[in-house]
Amino acid sequence: MSAVRLRGAVVLVGRFPALAGVDLTVERGEVVLVRGPNGAGKSTLLHLCAGLLRLSEGEGEVLGCDLGVDRAAARRRVGLLGHDTALYGELTAAENLHLWARASRLNEADVPGALERLGLPPRLRGIPTDRLSAGQRRRAALAAIVVRRPELWLLDEPHAGLDSGGREIVDSIVTSAAEAGAAVVLASHETGPAGGLATRTVTMAGGTLSEGLGP
Amino acid sequence: MTAWRGLSLFAGDAVLVAAKDLRIEWRARTTLGQVLPFALLVLVLFGFALDANRPTLRLATPGLLWMTVLFVTVVAVQRSVALESADGARRMLLLSGMAPAAAFVGKAAAVTVQLLIVEALLVPGVVLLYDAKIESVPLVVATCAAATVGLAAAGSLLGAVVAGVRAHQTVLPILLLPVSAPVLIAATRAFADGLGTVAVDGWSWVGLLAGFAVVNAVIGAGVYGPLLEDA
Repeated sequence: MSAVRLRGAVVLVGRFPALAGVDLTVERGEVVLVRGPNGAGKSTLLHLCAGLLRLSEGEGEVLGCDLGVDRAAARRRVGLLGHDTALYGELTAAENLHLWARASRLNEADVPGALERLGLPPRLRGIPTDRLSAGQRRRAALAAIVVRRPELWLLDEPHAGLDSGGREIVDSIVTSAAEAGAAVVLASHETGPAGGLATRTVTMAGGTLSEGLGP
Repeated sequence: MTAWRGLSLFAGDAVLVAAKDLRIEWRARTTLGQVLPFALLVLVLFGFALDANRPTLRLATPGLLWMTVLFVTVVAVQRSVALESADGARRMLLLSGMAPAAAFVGKAAAVTVQLLIVEALLVPGVVLLYDAKIESVPLVVATCAAATVGLAAAGSLLGAVVAGVRAHQTVLPILLLPVSAPVLIAATRAFADGLGTVAVDGWSWVGLLAGFAVVNAVIGAGVYGPLLEDA
């Protein structure tokens, strides 16, 4: 069973077709880079795969869950890193991760290890995340996904705002997730560092998808 | 899953969300540092406006008190909505798999606690400033409890309705104030009976307040999921 299977997927944002008939299959263990310019529909594609957007037309299945029937079931099994962190700014990184873990009925004992893995030193774990630097917040957001151990990783510009050490950590996390059998979809406006991780590249433009690096 | 286990998970999630909101509020000190002084200031200013006519002030005390609580509700609900809007935080609730109804109950409970804290200081405030005398403590307590749950439930529901609207901070009061009119009327009547300023059956008004609270809580719990997704 594929991790993602979209056929003629259309997503309307208002009346605008942010996705205009996308076909995409992502297998488990695969790392797919979705490349394309700003506004191409990459983030919309990731949000659709996360079960956060309604399918207006077409068919979609994520981890065996039909997006037209039960998006909520897919949501529990994916990890999405967006442009924002999805963290509560007044809470510390550790508090945010414990909250994620408890709300998702995951093991809270994994929290310190996840923060450690993302290179957030203990002195920063007690500081509200809105006082951390952009890169540190990005690391905390990634740590929250590591705790979730998702079967499908959806990472939007995962290297953005990170220093070289942070980028190496992202690469290592993506590689080990794919080796463990999870599917990974990376979105980036450039081939750049994400290109080296991908086992396959697809290109988005104007809400449609084509195989390869595109024009 | 047994019904008991389901209920226990639901309650646990609601407590988790309420504790999260209250912890954030405690850190930000919005209720204690800004909302409470604002509410006390409103009471004092009402007092200045009507002080020349002491009997009128005494008669108007319940209405002035609940108008102040209504203003505070708008501020508390706006804060509650803002917590989920900032930096995509509502995604945590959506991706966690938590029952949206539990999230709604948790958020409404956090607003309820904040309003009750404010009321716990406003009621002695009107006793001191307006020379009001409480004749029935159980009636006053029951009025505060029922009206507050109703305001918090209606506020959290409408907060979710306007969360996706660009100008939600101005739209919320426009929706919440008229919807809360029944609470204002019923709470004012019940409170007036509790203070002994008007001869009405306060407990029947409390019943109306409880009904309003239940209806808004049930509707809110039912529609919070779709509203959260569309925000």
